[in-house]
Amino acid sequence: MLSNHLRILESEAIYVLREVAAQFERPLLLFSGGKDSILLSHLARKAFYPAPIPFPFLHIDTGHNFPETLTFRDELIARLGVRLIVRYVQDSIDQGRVVEETGPYASRNALQTVTLLDALAELKADAAIGGARRDEEKARAKERFFSHRDEFGQWDPKNQRPELWNLYNGRKKANEHFRVFPISNWTELDVWQYIQAERIPLPSLYFSHEREVINRDGTWLAASEVVRPLPGETIRRKTVRFRTIGDMTCTGAVESVARTIEEIVNEVATARVTERGTRADDKRSEAAMEDRKKAGYF
Amino acid sequence: MTPTTLPQIDLLRFSTAGSVDDGKSTLIGRLLYDSKAIFADQLEAVERASASRGDEEIDLALLTDGLRAEREQKITIDVAYRYFATPKRKFIIADTPGHIQYTRNMVTGASTAELAIILIDARKGVLTQSRRHGFLATLLRIPHLVVAVNKMDLVDYAQNVYTEIVRDYTAFTQKLNAQDVTFIPISALRGDNIVEKSGHMPWYDGPTLLHHLENVNVGASLNNIDFRYPVQYVLRPNQQFRGYAGQVASGRIAVGEAVVALPSGLQSRVKAIVTADGERDWANVGDSVVLTLTDEIDISRGDMLVRVNNLPEKSNRLDATLCWMSEEPLKRRGQYWVQHTTRLVSGFVAELNYRIDVDTMHREATDTLRLNEIGRVQLVTTQPLYYDRYALNRATGSFILIDPATNNTVAAGMIRGESQDVGRLLEGEVEATPVRPKSSNVIWEQHGITLAQREEKNGHKAAVLWFTGLSGSGKSTIARKLEQHLFAAGIHTMYLDGDNLRHGLNGDLGFSSADRQENIRRAAELAKLSFAHGNVTLACFISPFTADRRFARQLIPDGRFLEIYVKCDLEVVKRRDPKGLYAKALAGKIPDFTGISSPYEEPVNAELVVETDIYSVDDIIAQIMALLRQRGIVP
Repeated sequence: MLSNHLRILESEAIYVLREVAAQFERPLLLFSGGKDSILLSHLARKAFYPAPIPFPFLHIDTGHNFPETLTFRDELIARLGVRLIVRYVQDSIDQGRVVEETGPYASRNALQTVTLLDALAELKADAAIGGARRDEEKARAKERFFSHRDEFGQWDPKNQRPELWNLYNGRKKANEHFRVFPISNWTELDVWQYIQAERIPLPSLYFSHEREVINRDGTWLAASEVVRPLPGETIRRKTVRFRTIGDMTCTGAVESVARTIEEIVNEVATARVTERGTRADDKRSEAAMEDRKKAGYF
Repeated sequence: MTPTTLPQIDLLRFSTAGSVDDGKSTLIGRLLYDSKAIFADQLEAVERASASRGDEEIDLALLTDGLRAEREQKITIDVAYRYFATPKRKFIIADTPGHIQYTRNMVTGASTAELAIILIDARKGVLTQSRRHGFLATLLRIPHLVVAVNKMDLVDYAQNVYTEIVRDYTAFTQKLNAQDVTFIPISALRGDNIVEKSGHMPWYDGPTLLHHLENVNVGASLNNIDFRYPVQYVLRPNQQFRGYAGQVASGRIAVGEAVVALPSGLQSRVKAIVTADGERDWANVGDSVVLTLTDEIDISRGDMLVRVNNLPEKSNRLDATLCWMSEEPLKRRGQYWVQHTTRLVSGFVAELNYRIDVDTMHREATDTLRLNEIGRVQLVTTQPLYYDRYALNRATGSFILIDPATNNTVAAGMIRGESQDVGRLLEGEVEATPVRPKSSNVIWEQHGITLAQREEKNGHKAAVLWFTGLSGSGKSTIARKLEQHLFAAGIHTMYLDGDNLRHGLNGDLGFSSADRQENIRRAAELAKLSFAHGNVTLACFISPFTADRRFARQLIPDGRFLEIYVKCDLEVVKRRDPKGLYAKALAGKIPDFTGISSPYEEPVNAELVVETDIYSVDDIIAQIMALLRQRGIVP
């Protein structure tokens, strides 16, 4: 049983998803394997039930995925019966479209922007549905539901179309596209409460488990092929879980004993750090997210 | 309470508007901070930024001023959405900039809000900008206004400063006839009356801001009565299933109910209400569902399903208010896309009636609308729209204009009604056929004393002044004052109104349409008797139907029945709402309420039209007295 506010948010998201299907010719849903994109896939199934979801999913694979994410992704895709398209950052590197960062803070997070824009052009996608939320970060607080991107895939925060009532204007020129964010108005707590109420399955990474981690600048990164200890750092075994799941090189774990959704909801409700607070990519500069968004980041 | 068992937590969307230095961002920062919606890392980022700018204290405003350009200029330049929750409610704040060049953003933020917080700096009092914010909020029909008188700490928490602002702003909102206005003295910086009651202002006994936000009625902007279902998307997974996906824009529908598809006009019944969680028996305003019908009829995106006996209006000529949102000015007779519900049609502005100066609220002639200007226009569309007036239904009364050259959203539109022009008005009904032949003909000499004798003795003629108009339009106010005036002049009068009749003579009547008709019939007969006794009879009844007024008229001799149409814009009377009836009617608690869920047929042959939203009571009484003298009723 959903509370009033979750019913309103769900109905709003379904309305937006249907507007995408109705207004665009070649939409697709950006699927990262994280909880927000899993939530989106759940809402998309509801929006078009009993018909199948009328657009494919696109996964931009940095090559630095948690193995659990990929297993979960493939099971979910099979269950929903949608088409999955995967494009690899490695290919962009091999084709010389991007240059891999080096050094201890190297991450492919920024590189995915190029792979994404190339994929959208190649697939002639005119709308990319994403799971971004306005509460995640200050720059996102001004994002629209229907966010216009120019022919270079760029966002112009000073020249956004006004969005009035629930009238979403998806008109655009050829070669331009839209990013659409159906769960704009959800907060992290809303997402977890909804996942709990709807019993949506999630990858095991979100639940507390023991793992080898490295503390780098206050963030617990999972020790792996791509994250090795620097001089002075040690691998430690901790009981942790992830609040967001992205590239392994920049997604930090939090120490937690929450093993069930109920325990997570309680933990989130009392958390004192935002979920992106565990993301090293946002800490680079105060306006880090805004800069990446202007360039066409998710 | 543990958050895992949150009960029926509600959602309130509100907007905030204030001038550059009114402390709006600080207020929002304070709400977020005090309701513990600020996370440690956000606070840390703000502390870093405050320090790098050389500020000594943490600047709460930095929590909300998101974009770099804003942080550099220290002003908010676009609508930003913020979220916080208390155990009772979840809140979505549309934080809109207040300076003049961003009226477009305020309108954007207001379009989805159910409450608006207007900030006034206690040191500066009511400024032009404070009035503009109130005007825009009421224009967009935000049901609740909160006037937060901020920076009370800088005026030593002085009660007289606060009461003066309340007096000034109340005088203004009465002109706007805002529906629900609440004043709260606060200091966002110090936290006075935000979450906790302030110890500095013992003279204030109202709620704190958060308490008010948690308890104000939500859903006041929704129309729960008129079922409107714009079809978004047609689902055809197989030959057996044809479903219409959409969100109920207003009203409610149940399985088995008869519906009609517009524009085709084809009728059918609701076979099932399908959702991924199973079929439902009914769907309410706001629900996203899929409807299937018992008949195979051709319906596509942009069509609308409605109830057979509750149709929207239909026209391709619309009277509308536009808020212009583009650098590119309005091109008269230039083509625009009109996006209305899920429909997209082509249209153009045929006529520009006036521009409203948002600061003085004066109407000015103009030949275009520029960025941030608001005006009244006559819009013509290539295909008819199925709409309700914005005042009655935000969802089916709103539209946007899209420039086909740039694809930009260039205007927000609110439908006032069908386009009116003089030609149309003249076509109104004039034929006077008595609807109730059972009623007596004019018999006014049933007493031994004739009317002529009475009139001669009284020194004035008898007449019936029939005041008709919407509830709250001012009929009784005018008639009572007029009666005092006549009384003082030695004129014999009798005063009748809905209230004094319904408490006694008509106490047996309800509000069904038959009872309403009977109510007017008795009132008219009573007016006739009073007339026959030589009185200038003042009868105040909403009497919304032409037929009923015509009935009253034909009981009285020609020239002695003066129909006075007390005219006031519906939007204004809904905001005045002296008896709280509109609020109840809008909430669906009063069925068949004139102007809301039952029509008011405007008189086309009234002897006098008085406009209470424009003229004062004294001016109107002078107009009526002039009419009475001109007709020879009074000397």
